[in-house]
Amino acid sequence: MPVRPLGYCPPVIVASGDCLKRNSWVCGKYFDEYSEEITTALREHIYLTVVSVAIGLLVAFPMALAARRWRLTGSVLLGSTTILYTIPSLAMFAILQPFTGLTETTVIIGLVLYSLTILVRNMLAGLQAVPPDVVEAAKGMGYGPGRLLFQVELPLALPAIMAGVRVATVSTVALTTVGAIVGSGGLGNLIYSGIDTLFKAQVLTASVLCVALAIVADLLLLGVQRLSTPWERAGGRKRRQSAVPAPTAEIDLKAGASA
Amino acid sequence: MNVLGDAWDWLADGTNWSGESGVWNRLGEHVVLTVVCVLVAVVIALPIALWLGHLGRGGTLAINISNIGRAIPTFAVLVLLGLSPIGMGDTATIIALVLFAIPPVLTNAYVGMRGVDRDVVEASRGMGMTGGQMLFRVELPLALPLIMTGIRTCAVQVVATATLAALVAGGGLGRIVTAGFDLQDNGQVVAGAILVAALALVVEGLFALVQRFTARTPRGGVTS
Repeated sequence: MPVRPLGYCPPVIVASGDCLKRNSWVCGKYFDEYSEEITTALREHIYLTVVSVAIGLLVAFPMALAARRWRLTGSVLLGSTTILYTIPSLAMFAILQPFTGLTETTVIIGLVLYSLTILVRNMLAGLQAVPPDVVEAAKGMGYGPGRLLFQVELPLALPAIMAGVRVATVSTVALTTVGAIVGSGGLGNLIYSGIDTLFKAQVLTASVLCVALAIVADLLLLGVQRLSTPWERAGGRKRRQSAVPAPTAEIDLKAGASA
Repeated sequence: MNVLGDAWDWLADGTNWSGESGVWNRLGEHVVLTVVCVLVAVVIALPIALWLGHLGRGGTLAINISNIGRAIPTFAVLVLLGLSPIGMGDTATIIALVLFAIPPVLTNAYVGMRGVDRDVVEASRGMGMTGGQMLFRVELPLALPLIMTGIRTCAVQVVATATLAALVAGGGLGRIVTAGFDLQDNGQVVAGAILVAALALVVEGLFALVQRFTARTPRGGVTS
């Protein structure tokens, strides 16, 4: 069976000892010969994820503030981000593609739109869960609206926000692969080209790396969350649960949608 | 905005709706694929979730399976299955779709079962109900809103994922998009994407309606 990966010239080696030539799922030689390609794809994947989630946060923050301030705006914003989340990723990238072309921008816009659903919801839930007593106390101490938001409310909402960031990041890592249809899917590019080349080692490696990346990102963010909210640990479980109720679990359930 | 005009022209052209690669046929494939996968997923996941929820065991698994599912790219699984001995085609697509359809049903149904007021369960036990009676007459009806939410999430997700099947030689509306890419016809790409998005929204809307009519007491459950 002449299965040969794209751009791979069969070297003069006995076929039976060559896992690339046999097209094995697991192949050490693949890492040697294609390390550059793997690194490039991995780097692009990380870049796309980080940029998308970062922009998502920047956009979601004012949206969450507006949603908290005006009830109607809130339901409109939450409703529209939910609708966006329902749109399949293939369709999303395909719709954006004529306007922004076969570029990373297309993928980033799509990923940002998806991340908004989770981020806005969790930010809003976190901000709303700040105990009114604390807000009153801060006001009584002379805190203005700006200081109140950044020094009191945001820190208290941080666990819920970070939970949202973790969910958004993990799903963004997975969704990025679909960006391959417009040429910028990071590791997804390696998976996508595997459809034509039937290059098993490449597809499996890219898939495993993708899952590993999601897990590593999740753990890193968990670490950031722990370090940035030392009072959570000091306060023990009880306080954590009362400070941030349902939202975390709620988001966890829903966020399974869209692929 | 020329592209939108092209997309409109494509949709308005009757010849694009008939034949094997026409909209009606692709829509039919998409709907059949979705219904089959959702049914299989529900048949597998619901009994497990109800049983675990009734016993109050396996919570970690039931909750975390959704987190695990989110970390695994559906696209990768589709291609991996396609390259496996199963081969690219309907079987690989159905397996992949079912795998990703199970977590939302399982997790939501489990959470719904565990969320049933313990006092109510205790009262039913006190009334002398057997385990089965408690499960089907007390816990299941009370957990129904969340169970429905799980099935709704699952269905919307399957509609979305079924689109990706087009990339590994499956059928469905995604084929209109991929064919458009091959033809470098942006009008067709956007038209296909609009159709897919519309189908996803229609499914979401239908479930929302069903939920509104079935839920007599609107509970603050998980609605998206």
